[in-house]
Amino acid sequence: MITSNLPALIVATPLIMSAIVALLPSGALAWVITLLTSLAVLVFAVMNTVIGDGQPVSYALGGWPPPWGIELISDGASRLMALILAGLSFASTLYAKALIELEIHPKDQARTYGAWLLTMGGLLGLVMTADAFNLFVFLEISALSAVTLVAMGAGVDRRALIAAYNYLIIGAIGATFYVIGVGFCYAVTGTLNMADLAQRLPEATAAPVFVGLAFMVTGIMVKAAAFPVHMWLPAAYGYAPSAVSSLLSAIATKAAIYVLARIFFTIFSGLPDVTDLILKWILLPLSIMAMFGGTILAIYETDLKKLLAQSSIAQIGYITLAFSVATISSISAGFIHMANHALIKGGLFMAVGAIAVSIGKRANIGSIAGLGRAMPWTSSAMLVCGLSLIGLPLTAGFISKIYLVLAVMDAGLGLITALILLSSVLSVVYLWKIIEVMWMRPYQGPAISENVMIYGPLWLVAAANIFFGIYAKPVVDLADMAARAITAHALIGGL
Amino acid sequence: MTNLIATHWNYLVVVALMLIGLYIVMSRQNLVKKIIGLAIFQTALFLLYISLGRISGGTAPIIDAAKDYTYSNPLPHVLILTAIVVGVATTALGLALILRINDAFGTIEEDEILAMKDADRKAFKGKTDGGDE
Repeated sequence: MITSNLPALIVATPLIMSAIVALLPSGALAWVITLLTSLAVLVFAVMNTVIGDGQPVSYALGGWPPPWGIELISDGASRLMALILAGLSFASTLYAKALIELEIHPKDQARTYGAWLLTMGGLLGLVMTADAFNLFVFLEISALSAVTLVAMGAGVDRRALIAAYNYLIIGAIGATFYVIGVGFCYAVTGTLNMADLAQRLPEATAAPVFVGLAFMVTGIMVKAAAFPVHMWLPAAYGYAPSAVSSLLSAIATKAAIYVLARIFFTIFSGLPDVTDLILKWILLPLSIMAMFGGTILAIYETDLKKLLAQSSIAQIGYITLAFSVATISSISAGFIHMANHALIKGGLFMAVGAIAVSIGKRANIGSIAGLGRAMPWTSSAMLVCGLSLIGLPLTAGFISKIYLVLAVMDAGLGLITALILLSSVLSVVYLWKIIEVMWMRPYQGPAISENVMIYGPLWLVAAANIFFGIYAKPVVDLADMAARAITAHALIGGL
Repeated sequence: MTNLIATHWNYLVVVALMLIGLYIVMSRQNLVKKIIGLAIFQTALFLLYISLGRISGGTAPIIDAAKDYTYSNPLPHVLILTAIVVGVATTALGLALILRINDAFGTIEEDEILAMKDADRKAFKGKTDGGDE
């Protein structure tokens, strides 16, 4: 009963529970139920990966068979994404309690957890669905609830409201662009199912298909915060409540990047000439600009949350770069980095949130001096995640970098390999700036007692960074399966 | 060309509305007007889909075995029903945010808010810069 309905359960559980949680009278109770829900989703996601023979499972919602009904697909790619999303949501939820109690008015806490679960459900739906229009609905469910979560930061800083408003407007335009694109493809094929679209698009009239592809890609790039349509991200992550920043940075853009890969490698797999052109001449240069632009802005940023957000732009650039090279090994490297970057950024945002509530003001380069001694647990976990971001051996970040560099070299792009290494070196600059101030300056301030409810989950994520840096096999294997699954519809071409 | 306009004028309306909506979102300073622009932009999308489903001479798709009717495609209409719900939710959330922005800043004009944001940034800097920098 449960095993045959796993794809639907992963999506439906958080969506249904969000309505219940939002009505609860107390924030503490809402947190317990949210935690149990995210644990259940994690268990479902693990079962979904482990059970079965590795073959794709198609789930017809409501018993209507695809291509007429809405189909959920559980293949290598969506399994890995569900696992990343569920795992990081669980860790973020565990961490959220202490911070939400400090940053959000007691009256609003239960409703915040409601929006929290809605965001999770929307993003999980985004990765599980195999229907292009259904994808738009999940895109908007997750976006509207994420905007609400960002706006909850207004209790601490009123600028959160402006960030949330801009996130809403830009996000809505992005989503509408996506649906316009779907409309063009639907007009010439009469289908919305991704696999069905993949088969019919090559035979359809060319012009509407190209217009559709352009609209879809542009729309989803906005959602994925790909350069140059990433402007909403630093403000939204910078002013959101700390717990929300860690949740969104870990999972929100990842789901959108996955959708981008689905568009290129599944929906438009029948038109390799066109997608190749866009990948090589548009997405690849933009990714390189993101790598350098994000890193350089991060070097000059002094506010820690915004610094991490700028660095996310660069890291998203690495992932889109991996996808734009478009070989099996580079797509797989992209998936590896998605998993590892979720661990790295989730952990770093958790640490910065913990620092901000402990010192009672925004964490910036000036206010974190000497915290290495005053908050040893938090600071050391932050150090681990930071080293992982640079890509030091024995951390998860190293695995990402090595697979990315090898894949790009294999594709014969030596210059781009050099650019990747150069931007990695540049990222040392902003991380060293933080490490130096935190660990090598004297601490002047009142003694800080660290809360195990905050640094416990943080260390869980930091430990995962080390664990997957030493024992990378599960991530690498799953990413390889993901790359093969997402390109399974490719009819012709070099894939 | 004129023939194309005569047969496809509904699509021209769609394109015009889309551009008007986008232009309003980008050019207006007033936050409510931006939401109105967004609503116009999304309405253009609804009209695009509804135009797609319409066949000239087509009727409502209720099967009548006795007569041989031409039916319009109902699926785009159903899709747009969903998109309208999403659009209403977006507008509602946007307006709710504007209410809160008005409470917090005392204005809904973007340039005035940006000026206040700069003041906030300076205030925060003064308050938080503890050490040497």
